[in-house]
Amino acid sequence: MKFIDEYRDAKLVKLFSDKIREIITQSWVIMEVCGGQTHTILKYGLEQLLPDDLTVVHGPGCPVCVTPLEMIDKAITIARRPDVILTSFGDMMRVPGSEFDLLSVKAMGGDVRMVYSPLDALQIAERHPQKKVVFFAIGFETTAPANAMVVKEAWKKGIHNFSIVCAQVLVPPAIEAILSSGNSRVQGFLAAGHVCTVMGYEEYIPIANKYKVPIVVTGFEPVDLLEGIYMAVKQLEGNRYDVENQYKRVVKREGNVAAQTIMREVFTPVDRNWRGIGLIPMSGLKLSEQFSKFDAEIIFEVEKLSVSESDECIAGEVLQGLKKPHQCQLFGKKCRPEHPVGAPMVSSEGACAAYFRYNR
Amino acid sequence: MSNNKNIEITDGLVCPIPMSQYSRILLAHGGGGTLSHQLIQKMFFSHFDNKILQVEHDGAVFEENGIRFAFSTDSYVVQPIFFPGGDIGELAVYGTVNDLAVCGAKPLFLSVGFIIEEGLEMETLWKIVQSIKKAADMADVKIVTGDTKVVDRGKGDKIFINTSGIGILGAGIDIAPNRVQVGDKIIINGKIAEHGVAILSAREEFDFNTTIKSDTAPLHDLILSILDRFPNVHMMRDPTRGGISSALNEIAAKTKLGIYLEESKIPIREDIKGICEMLGLDPLYIANEGKVLLFVPPNDADDVLETILRHQLGKHAAIIGEVVSKNPGKVVMKTTIGSHRIVDMLSGEQLPRIC
Repeated sequence: MKFIDEYRDAKLVKLFSDKIREIITQSWVIMEVCGGQTHTILKYGLEQLLPDDLTVVHGPGCPVCVTPLEMIDKAITIARRPDVILTSFGDMMRVPGSEFDLLSVKAMGGDVRMVYSPLDALQIAERHPQKKVVFFAIGFETTAPANAMVVKEAWKKGIHNFSIVCAQVLVPPAIEAILSSGNSRVQGFLAAGHVCTVMGYEEYIPIANKYKVPIVVTGFEPVDLLEGIYMAVKQLEGNRYDVENQYKRVVKREGNVAAQTIMREVFTPVDRNWRGIGLIPMSGLKLSEQFSKFDAEIIFEVEKLSVSESDECIAGEVLQGLKKPHQCQLFGKKCRPEHPVGAPMVSSEGACAAYFRYNR
Repeated sequence: MSNNKNIEITDGLVCPIPMSQYSRILLAHGGGGTLSHQLIQKMFFSHFDNKILQVEHDGAVFEENGIRFAFSTDSYVVQPIFFPGGDIGELAVYGTVNDLAVCGAKPLFLSVGFIIEEGLEMETLWKIVQSIKKAADMADVKIVTGDTKVVDRGKGDKIFINTSGIGILGAGIDIAPNRVQVGDKIIINGKIAEHGVAILSAREEFDFNTTIKSDTAPLHDLILSILDRFPNVHMMRDPTRGGISSALNEIAAKTKLGIYLEESKIPIREDIKGICEMLGLDPLYIANEGKVLLFVPPNDADDVLETILRHQLGKHAAIIGEVVSKNPGKVVMKTTIGSHRIVDMLSGEQLPRIC
């Protein structure tokens, strides 16, 4: 495949792997933020190509993994209503809520449908005017513009039987939460290329300066990741902490301004719970006042629902880079992809699932 | 779920799949991955246990009066029922024909059972029946018995078809998982993932314009022509639901041997790779309906490959890996960049109702 195979080139991979070995003189810990990057690292066994001195830990950038239990329970509560069609991205369907997952709701007779795009959910709403169609809007800055657009489209067209459960989250506050937690061991970050495609990378500059950590905007193919790691190690060895862009073929400094505009119009920042991590100030998005009539939490009166998490699962520590998935006593035993205890075992972007699948 | 204790299904027998895991059947229990496997192993195999079943082949092989028979059954619930490169009728014939063929048998007779939803257009049924007849002629099998049931509108999805088939094995043919040996080369007769992606692109929820067609085809002629010259083939399996990953994992688990694959050797169309990239699907897990994986002694491998390459259904055949003693029970793949990773069995479902 053109434009992909070039970034899976064995020679280039070897080149960057050798270059990292040449410049490294001490131990470093680097975190890749995005679940898509975690997946590539495990799928291509990139850790096998890195020097022992370099530890790569996996960050909180899997949207399915960080969606809090209470949000999933809200979606499940709504999905169980006979007047509702709940639509969701496929990954979200298997994430366990406090009692069961969305697939089980479907098996019990709930109308739960997998969609690939929020626009599909809106079409379902137009085709089923007698039903209330709810879209489970999860994700980072990558999914937010499309989800904002669909809400605006529903508003323009006057589609009243459509709403969203808004579980959108933002990357920079999560990076800050990790860095300010006191026990963080992360010394450099690979920022998520797709998130920066939308947002640009100016917002990372104050974080790099404040915490003195290099941040490299990085792509998702093996060559991208090794080059991103190389750039981060080079900064660490040179005692620099700049924001650099490895993913230049896609990411611009200012990002996608049109996408940012519609996000700001439809959503407004809000404090949000992250699964396994807890409350991070201003780390989520909710519908702004103008669009609040599309807020499923208000429509179905589930705003107040709250639940506590399993204390056996160490997802929070995994998502903050404090532990690796196989250090969990449930890993591969009680917690497996077909019977996940914690969310990182569900999505292909989840660190635990990636370890289970490629690296047991 | 308030009722959290185990269900008793008959006197003294306890449901082997704990309620704490899943109290109801999910689509994934039919997806060909880990949950399907668990259901079959824990509930069906353990309860119906007998020597013929224990072989865990695509069909049962048994001997009566000196003749060795293969017997297999499969049900077809594909949606949509007409798709690029085939339809449910043709699939129902070729699916069972192929299950018999990979047992090493020449398929002879089929039964066809229809479960039809009230309201199905007669014209649609007629098209399917014609397709079944044509496929049976192509596969050189006779349809010798059948059944028809109609269910209330809304209680089925247009039409479901079950076919069962009987075939006869030639002398000296012994195809079974327990014959797989370290050193065996693994050959596939062509490009992977075409059926699953063709079905996907035909679904109304996906707006793809592709030229990808299902690879649905009867494999008996290819397989019998191989066995004619190389009766010592150790094992064959058609990698349908769950793709080549599930088929190879089943064999690795059953034989307690390791399977070593080379990603760069696995034949696949560029556009299929592209669609899979876009949708986040792994082609190793996507269904095929005209492919066979063969486990062949190393000395015969090149000659078997040559024979396959000369056949209409084997133009893109390749040796994709081998059986090893390392990593018993697991499938390990050398990636295109030279590192290694596990190819695990699919745990849920990638795509529902592909066959």
